[in-house]
Amino acid sequence: MVDVPKIAEEKIEELKKRYPDPKSAIMPALYMAQEIFGHVTEEAIQWVSKKIDVAPVHVMEIATFYTMYYKKPVGKYHVQICRTLSCAICGACKLTEHLHKRFGVNPGEVTADGMWSYEEVECLGSCGTGSMCEINDVYFENLNVDKLETILKKIEEEKPDLRYSAIRDQIGGGLKGYPKSEVI
Amino acid sequence: MAHRQILLANIKHQDQNTIAGYESRGGYQSIRKALAMDPLKVIEEVKTSGLRGRGGAGFPTGMKWSFVPRNTGKPVYLLNNTDESEPGTFKDRVLIEKDPHMCIEGMMIAAWALQSNWSAVYIRGEYAYPYTRINEAVNEAYAKGYLGENIFGSGFTLHMVVHRGAGAYICGEETALINSIEGKKGQPRLKPPFPAVVGLYGCPTVVNNTETLATLPWIIQNGGAEYAKIGTEKSPGTKLFSVSGHVNKPGVYEIEMGCSMKQFIENECGGIRGGKKGKAVIPGGSSVPVLRWDEIDNITMDYESIRAAGSMLGSGGFIVMDEDTDMVQAVMNLAHFYAHESCGQCTPCREGGHWIEKIFRRINSGKGLVGDMELVENLCSQIAGHTICPFGEALATPAISFMKKFPDEFKGLISDALVGISKKRVQMNFEGAGAH
Repeated sequence: MVDVPKIAEEKIEELKKRYPDPKSAIMPALYMAQEIFGHVTEEAIQWVSKKIDVAPVHVMEIATFYTMYYKKPVGKYHVQICRTLSCAICGACKLTEHLHKRFGVNPGEVTADGMWSYEEVECLGSCGTGSMCEINDVYFENLNVDKLETILKKIEEEKPDLRYSAIRDQIGGGLKGYPKSEVI
Repeated sequence: MAHRQILLANIKHQDQNTIAGYESRGGYQSIRKALAMDPLKVIEEVKTSGLRGRGGAGFPTGMKWSFVPRNTGKPVYLLNNTDESEPGTFKDRVLIEKDPHMCIEGMMIAAWALQSNWSAVYIRGEYAYPYTRINEAVNEAYAKGYLGENIFGSGFTLHMVVHRGAGAYICGEETALINSIEGKKGQPRLKPPFPAVVGLYGCPTVVNNTETLATLPWIIQNGGAEYAKIGTEKSPGTKLFSVSGHVNKPGVYEIEMGCSMKQFIENECGGIRGGKKGKAVIPGGSSVPVLRWDEIDNITMDYESIRAAGSMLGSGGFIVMDEDTDMVQAVMNLAHFYAHESCGQCTPCREGGHWIEKIFRRINSGKGLVGDMELVENLCSQIAGHTICPFGEALATPAISFMKKFPDEFKGLISDALVGISKKRVQMNFEGAGAH
């Protein structure tokens, strides 16, 4: 059993009031559940179902339709490499190949120490700064293998907060010396 | 050439994301002006401007608004579409990150015109940082009394929610977006009824793209007629182009409609990287037909000229590919995107997308069969027009156009396969274990 922080309970009630129909809060509630329970577990589904007052199967339907709800555990740091055309023609697959070699696991799997997982994802809207990746909720742009490796090493040293918290409506501090966005 | 800056004029200022910074450069004056106008007059002004929807379809904004029935007794909802998932497009991200209050003010103007008291920004889930920027801006606007009840002492109420998507390309389609906000799977609805009549929670709803809404403060401040003078007669105004791929200076550019495409690539974008020659351009996001380099000489950057050349301006997602780009791999990459992003509702799209990807994959791996190109064409003709939403067309268009524009690359691989020749080619897509 996971203890649900009181602030999350309050946040959900507040969110439900923001929408003309409280059922609209199901997506933000799932983000919160994922944050509290680690990924979308059975317990997480039951919690959202109770809070939003919809059938668990409806919550499950939403959780499986949208890719950003994790149905199985991911690493403490989850690297998503953008694989779509603009990034692909700028060498994105070299980044994935590097991660494949470095972590020794396949996309979608977690390293034995629970630290890393990675996958290829579709266009992240960072095409002009490709190739790029998103680690947890932070973008790292204009990458090549060397730059990516430097970032991975720094993450291992600093253990920074790269998550966006749906409960606190706040993005983590990020990696020292790296901007949160390089767009334009 | 120097282009007039309407949307990006102030993004270089570090404090532009705060109300103080935004107001120091003239922000929140247009909404004050609009609130003193009759809402119908605001719609007229936008009609006069000739502003066309910047999300991709290019439908006249003022006309879209005029489809909303008045006095139905139901609330009207305004939704800002920042789902921005079209490959090659990242312009709305710039607006939301760097000038969020301009987007909010644009939404206020639209809401007043439509007499809507509740609005939402639908932003794609991956845009965590842009989300925090727009969310902070909305919170600041609430704290200052710019949102909520009786804004600017007008008696008008406007609420605004920032709603985060969760990684579904299809939610950029307006009815899928509406379903997503309702707490459902983001699957498109049949039209008609159009959202203007039956939209969010069954009420009249307008879904506008972020760039469209961000243009409104300028139009109200300077007048629709002034806006119509910029650009071309049928494509007035400026447009944001997101440039990516093999150019020296990728990024977001605001240009006046009607300038030369070739010059835009050469001058603004700094030409092709590494002194190479260009091979192809996708001018409007991955769902529009690709153009060969020799086709772009006489094209100007506006809806009509790009359409006449056989493609579309779409979202302005401009992907440039150099002479070394392998077009079979490029289209295979896109085919994977569409196969992955199909919402699964309509059989032709759900099944066809995967079939097309598989056929391109076998051509690319040297196992293509004679007749594979015709097979893809046949599949595409059975998808396009046979689905609830335009995703079917979006899927079929690149598949058909890449084969049509670069047939030799496909034919070469198929004929090599026929006689058992296997040439070593560098792959641009990850093919390791566990891929795809």
